[in-house]
Amino acid sequence: MLAGAIALTAVAGLSACGDDGSGGGSGGGGDQVELTIGTFTEFGYEDLLPEYERLHPNIKITHHKTGQGGPYHQQLLTKLAANSGLEDVVAIEEGHLADVLDKPQLFNNLADIGPKDVKPDRWLDWKYESAVAKDGTWIGYGTDIGPLAMCYRKDLFAKAGLPSDPEAVKPLFESWDSYFAAGDTYAKKTGKAWFDSDSQIFNAMQNQLDTGYLAKDDKLAIESNPDIRANWDQVTAAGKRGQTAKLVAFSPEWNNGFKVGAFATKTCPSWMLGVVKEQAGPANAGKWAVTDAFPGGGGNWGGSFLAVPKQSAHPKEAAALAAWLTAPEQQVKAFQQTGNFPSQVEALSSPELLATTNDYFGDVKTGELFAAQAQKVGKAQYKGPGDGQIQENATSPALQAVEQGKSPEDGWQQAVDAAKRITG
Amino acid sequence: MTGPVITDTGRAPSRAAPAPAPPRRPRLTWRQRLSVADVTWSPYLYIAPFFVIFGVVGLFPLLYTAYLSLFDRDLLDVESTYVGFANYATLFADPQFWNALVNTISIFALSTVPQIVIAVLLAALLNSRLRLPTAWRVGVLLPYVLSLVALGIIFANLFGTNYGLVNGMLETLGFDRIDWQGNRFASHVAIAVMVNWRWTGYNALIVLAAMKAIPKEITEAALIDGAGAVRRFFSVTLPLLRPTLIFVVITSTIGGLQIFTEPKLFDVMPGSNNGGSSNQFQTITLYMYQTGFETQHLGYASAIAWVLFLVIIIVAVANFLLTRRLASTGVAEDGAR
Repeated sequence: MLAGAIALTAVAGLSACGDDGSGGGSGGGGDQVELTIGTFTEFGYEDLLPEYERLHPNIKITHHKTGQGGPYHQQLLTKLAANSGLEDVVAIEEGHLADVLDKPQLFNNLADIGPKDVKPDRWLDWKYESAVAKDGTWIGYGTDIGPLAMCYRKDLFAKAGLPSDPEAVKPLFESWDSYFAAGDTYAKKTGKAWFDSDSQIFNAMQNQLDTGYLAKDDKLAIESNPDIRANWDQVTAAGKRGQTAKLVAFSPEWNNGFKVGAFATKTCPSWMLGVVKEQAGPANAGKWAVTDAFPGGGGNWGGSFLAVPKQSAHPKEAAALAAWLTAPEQQVKAFQQTGNFPSQVEALSSPELLATTNDYFGDVKTGELFAAQAQKVGKAQYKGPGDGQIQENATSPALQAVEQGKSPEDGWQQAVDAAKRITG
Repeated sequence: MTGPVITDTGRAPSRAAPAPAPPRRPRLTWRQRLSVADVTWSPYLYIAPFFVIFGVVGLFPLLYTAYLSLFDRDLLDVESTYVGFANYATLFADPQFWNALVNTISIFALSTVPQIVIAVLLAALLNSRLRLPTAWRVGVLLPYVLSLVALGIIFANLFGTNYGLVNGMLETLGFDRIDWQGNRFASHVAIAVMVNWRWTGYNALIVLAAMKAIPKEITEAALIDGAGAVRRFFSVTLPLLRPTLIFVVITSTIGGLQIFTEPKLFDVMPGSNNGGSSNQFQTITLYMYQTGFETQHLGYASAIAWVLFLVIIIVAVANFLLTRRLASTGVAEDGAR
């Protein structure tokens, strides 16, 4: 009986939705608009969307939330290909952006359909630039970023005779040369590793180059760009000198590495602090520190955009929603919910953000620290289609193979061959 | 729907003709028609859902994959170019494909052979007099019930190179650590252990059922003839198990050649489809999945899918011929008794 009653209500509810949908779609009512938005993991929009509905009584929003980024983006691409089924507003993560930037015709140009008062100067230059396709289509409004700083183990530094105070360590993290030199000192004194894995360092170095694995003409540049090879040689040489802990990022063994102190430094985007705290655990409280320095300048790892695909039935309303969500005030609220670091210039100087501290890292003012690191990021790197793939499936596994015993030369050949297969 | 009604009108009056009450005739005829239609057409209707669903989710994708494999098409491409059999030509010259094929066969052999030997021995043990026989049988089946994903995570931890339990034990026993991820053969062994752990108990129960079906008289006759336990097992039990063993071999062949989840979860790089740093344990299904959904070369992935399909058919036909030969010997022995 009870089950029957529930089933009946469910059917009634469904048909009610259907009626609403057709009413809004046909445009008979005129004003009533139903929007959908698709996000993954946590964007911190749970409270913001009802607020937008209150401010705009004619808008009704349905939020589709996917737990993990991987499946979400796979669906995104499939639905783009099918040209149906996508939400009016879709979130796109930085690592997957290159694939859609290659197909600007599938998205609305936000410069055309977005509210006129929303200008590129709302965002950090590099964040805005990275969402503009080669033909000039502005594909996505920036949500959050992951500015890079350096995390390190104070106690292990002190034991190895290195400076351990956040100000005093800065010279060690000034350039990649000084970073690897300090690594040699550390490895020699302690016999332990300096960083977690070759690929974590190599990716950060690679991201500081002007162009990614593909040149601006979208031709594979892994062999023609000598900087990529130079970075490869520098990282693998340091790894062979005992600086790498050979732990693949986010693997169970890597998690364990935090607990046993298998490495002394970690490239740290803002969101990594939570990972370090969770994996290192209370037993290592007070041992980790973070400093506002990063070898070779600055860098970014992570962050997303909101885009409006061409298949949306209400592009103007969708763009207005995306513009409102990515306004500094809203992103600061999302930051307070989830810790996603805002990408808007104004948000970076908001008192709420600057006052944020992190007790696990010795009460350091993390808001101020990462706001400063965000300003250090130079130009947006040009990433051609397949760039993220090459990092995931060509260079990272090849660097792992070098850590497992392959020679750096053979590993390089493996990376080049795999990159050719991906772009070919 | 019109079909049955028309054929029915031809028959129904002749049957209903002797009926004495003309006014009732139309209603009765209608019912009769319905009942005739019911008898002739309902069975097809009842079985139809299977064929409709199979057509939609089985046959159509199969044929469409074949069609797609003749095109150079990426997921987001607007139009695709017809390339004939070029994808297949590339595939047969692709070292990564041959590497994946060798990996698949190696993992398959390492998992199937020990699995069946252990399953038969386990079944023999379960067939002996035990207290709480059901508890033991359920216990053997437990690994099969557990979630494959949980299993994969646990085994990836056990075979961790730096902090894994297996390497820890090897070290305490005075052996060298093994690089389970990096070493090609070691990684195959680790994955095979995972497969065996999951499937041995399941196969043991199937073999046990076959053992229970062996008539006691045969064993007793052998006993009276003076055959010991080992002799009885090899000369009586095993030959009579042959058809069942072949069934087990065929099912594990089909499963083994499509192995996907275990190698995917074994890779320490989260979400990776590479099957290790240098594809040392990438299987064909993993390679197909990576090509289709990561690299997004749908045409090429379809070609891989079809080649895998043909490989499985070849192995299955080989198995079938083998079965027929071995099973007929089994029947001959049956007849002899």
